[in-house]
Amino acid sequence: MKPHTLSVLVENKAGVLSRVTGLFSRRGFNIDSLAVGPCEEPDMSRITIVAIGDDAQIEQIMKQLNKLIDVIKVSDITENERVERELVMFKVTADQGETRAEIMQIATIFRAQIVDVGAKSVILQVVGDSDKIDAMEKLLRQFGIKELIRTGRIAILRGTKTVASSKE
Amino acid sequence: MKTGAKLLIESLQREGVDTIFGYPGGSVLPIYDELYDSPLRHILVRHEQAAAHAADGYARASGRVGVCLATSGPGACNLVTGIATAYMDSVPIVALTGQVPTTMLGNDAFQESDIQGITMPVTKHNYLVKDTTDIPRVVKEAFYIAGTGRQGPVLIDLPKDVNTRSVKEPVVPEKVVLRGYNPTYKGNKRQVDKALALIAEAERPLIYAGGGVISANASPELIGFATKLGIPVTTTLMGIGCIPCDHPLNLGMLGMHGTEYANFAVTECDLLIAIGARFDDRVTGNISTFAPHAKVIHIDIDPAEIGKNKRVDVPIVGDVKSVLADMLSSLKKAGACEAWNKKIRYWKQHHPLRAAKEDGCLHPQYVLAKMSEILKGDAVIVSEVGQNQMWTAQHFCFRHPRTWITSGGLGTMGYGFPAAIGAHFARPDLPVFDVAGDGSIQMNIQEMGTVAQYNIPVKIAILNNQYLGMVRQWQELFYDRRYSYTELPPVEFVKIAQAYGIEGIKVESCEEVGPAIKASLEHDGPFVLDFRIEREENVFPMVPAGAAISEMIGGHPRS
Ligand SMILES: Cc1ncc(C[n+]2csc(CCOP(=O)(O)OP(=O)(O)O)c2C)c(N)n1
Repeated sequence: MKPHTLSVLVENKAGVLSRVTGLFSRRGFNIDSLAVGPCEEPDMSRITIVAIGDDAQIEQIMKQLNKLIDVIKVSDITENERVERELVMFKVTADQGETRAEIMQIATIFRAQIVDVGAKSVILQVVGDSDKIDAMEKLLRQFGIKELIRTGRIAILRGTKTVASSKE
Repeated sequence: MKTGAKLLIESLQREGVDTIFGYPGGSVLPIYDELYDSPLRHILVRHEQAAAHAADGYARASGRVGVCLATSGPGACNLVTGIATAYMDSVPIVALTGQVPTTMLGNDAFQESDIQGITMPVTKHNYLVKDTTDIPRVVKEAFYIAGTGRQGPVLIDLPKDVNTRSVKEPVVPEKVVLRGYNPTYKGNKRQVDKALALIAEAERPLIYAGGGVISANASPELIGFATKLGIPVTTTLMGIGCIPCDHPLNLGMLGMHGTEYANFAVTECDLLIAIGARFDDRVTGNISTFAPHAKVIHIDIDPAEIGKNKRVDVPIVGDVKSVLADMLSSLKKAGACEAWNKKIRYWKQHHPLRAAKEDGCLHPQYVLAKMSEILKGDAVIVSEVGQNQMWTAQHFCFRHPRTWITSGGLGTMGYGFPAAIGAHFARPDLPVFDVAGDGSIQMNIQEMGTVAQYNIPVKIAILNNQYLGMVRQWQELFYDRRYSYTELPPVEFVKIAQAYGIEGIKVESCEEVGPAIKASLEHDGPFVLDFRIEREENVFPMVPAGAAISEMIGGHPRS
């Protein structure tokens, strides 16, 4: 059992997301992370799904996804050289000058941006892979995280290879 | 300019549709108005569930796509069991549903239900049409998707305003192009060669044939292949009919209520060739003890079935008919497997299915043996679900594909009678019987109105045991005979039939069975046969749930 990153190219049509996610829940798979958005082709979308399972389970879910008429291509890019990113925003309690300074320091170390400063809190934004974000979250906990928002993970293959051109 | 309803009917005609099973309502009024003077035949059922099952029965008996039609909301929801039944058994149907106008979608309008959402898990694909000009394309795609690859149901939801709006006639696309849908038909040559090599080496090969052989119309290829190599064949419930019952290589059905010799053969074979079958739990029992000594070749059109339940040595994705034809043409030499076949003949001789006891009582096995003798395989036999289904599968001698129609995957009680109606329109040349239990028939008994109205000559053979027999059997065997809510009070089915204007006979002894069946055949129209059978008869042999299939109860002692 390990996380697999699946890149799913779909028709840009109503209901596609619900077909895809419905399949996961129906077949008893958990989605760890999900990101959907337009892609290089205007009439297609890309869904990046991180799901945890053993190889046989992942193989089965990929085959089932492939059966959906609106799914054009499914690729498991877990073993490929790739860049993975997600974006997170933390709203952290910061009502004293001291803590503010400390939070700024952490932000610098993680190359996070301060995107909003209020009287009692600051909002930090950081982009990175999951490990980096998890580490930052751990450090910020001590100040009190009022709210945390994470986008799903997106992933792209390194080099000239594309997911659409790669072999399964 | 043409209305959406007109475009719909013309699109159906373009697909060669001749019969639709349906039930009207507010949102489909424009479609019904169009049907009024169209050449399409519409059969008015008494419950939308029956429309879906009838379309399914039509599809299974004919090999063509069946069509049903229902109004929005309750009408559409009533189709769901029928659609799910077709989905589980990979049957091609197109279900048309009315919907509230697009302007009201999502408002909880009168008779609105999200039928697209509801049927997502039980359709191969579904559509909500929002633009009238899309109708011809969507219908074309729906029939293409339903009838190709691994077949299955497709639903088209049609809002009322989409049907009433008039548009300039759209150009109908010549070919369906779906970039996310390209079934593989031809088997990979390397895998085919690997399979042939395994077959050449095998000493105890066995073919395990499923419903895929029937859907692919691959019966001649299967028989040719098995005969050429002398490989015995066992079939699933859905595969029955792909090889004649009395073919020397046929071992009958395997699995929970399979023959002892089929289950022995699976357990001892060294090569299992699964063809259009999916290793369902009712077939395999405890999967870890299923075909424990065998290498496995799996041929199926659906790649997702391969390796799903059982590890496979040689996977072949493709159309069963085309793959078997390729295998046949590359065969080097004919095989024999003489020692293996001898062993199987021994099992067949010493572990036969038990015929009816001759104790003067009316046993279901006798009824089926008699039906079999009279009909000689030249009939379409549809069943309900329960003991009636298993006794028919075991004791009726089927000789042709598409003459055995039953709800396998979903096990839907109430399926048989409406499916038999559909089967009649597919095969008007053959007598059609629905073998029923007294429980199941009461799930769609209102269809007596339909068969009476159109004089549809379906013969309803009720194996009346005044129990939900199959459940009672489990209670007897595994719940200490505590018959919790499985007894049914006696019903005079002949009287119910008469109320609908249908004739029938109650049959209480063996001597009456043959004449009653013959009378039903001679009668030009629907007919009810109410067989009062031995009440606590069981279906044997039986593999208890979760046991190995070699561990059957109710069989013969093994020497
Ligand atoms: C719609 C539906 N409800 C419940 C069941 C569970 N079930 C399976 S067999 C059976 C009993 C069937 O009784 P009957 O139709 O009288 O047939 P018999 O087994 O007596 O031949 C039941 C209740 C089912 N298969 N389908």
